[in-house]
Amino acid sequence: MFNQYETVFIATPVLSEAQFKEVVTKFSNLVTENGGEILHQEDWGLKKLAYPIQKKSTGFYHLLEFKADPSFIETLEIMYRRDERIIRFLTFRLDKYAAEYSEKRRKKVQAKIEEK
Amino acid sequence: MASNQSEIRYLTPPTVEVKKKKYCRFKKNGIKYVDYKDPEFLKKFLNEQGKILPRRLTGTSLKYQRKVAQAVKRARHIALLPYVTDLMK
Repeated sequence: MFNQYETVFIATPVLSEAQFKEVVTKFSNLVTENGGEILHQEDWGLKKLAYPIQKKSTGFYHLLEFKADPSFIETLEIMYRRDERIIRFLTFRLDKYAAEYSEKRRKKVQAKIEEK
Repeated sequence: MASNQSEIRYLTPPTVEVKKKKYCRFKKNGIKYVDYKDPEFLKKFLNEQGKILPRRLTGTSLKYQRKVAQAVKRARHIALLPYVTDLMK
């Protein structure tokens, strides 16, 4: 039984663009290697934090939506904690309303891209 | 005598407070999920210091108040909203 999850992480702003890409691929690979399926990815870029974390006032945000086994979440969070480039993360399971909402949001984002 | 009463004129008309009925904006607009990724929307449920406003002020129903609280807490965790602040708006 697979659940749908959503995870957001903040990487340190000291990284270069390429280094940040590497972090993103590392975690998206981690999902697929553990039998997960990535539904959606969103890069929010460098954003200002509402309050300083580890004395940093900005950070790279990245959002991942995926389907995976519940036991995978623990390994994902351990990987987050081990990686010093990650300064904050949030993972949670989507309920059916949230899944519905994210699907709508995905379509909206896609429509925006197509417009451009 | 009865006609006399209607002739009372006030210099400043007495303000009769008409209470606006509060309503739950989620129920009214059919919103089923409160998104933590939209801090501008969540700010409607916070006061100047970034505290969550009580239901008695916003009119949100209990079911959605819980979801709002959850969303605000998630937004705070990933630094989209501050935990404490002054003059947020």
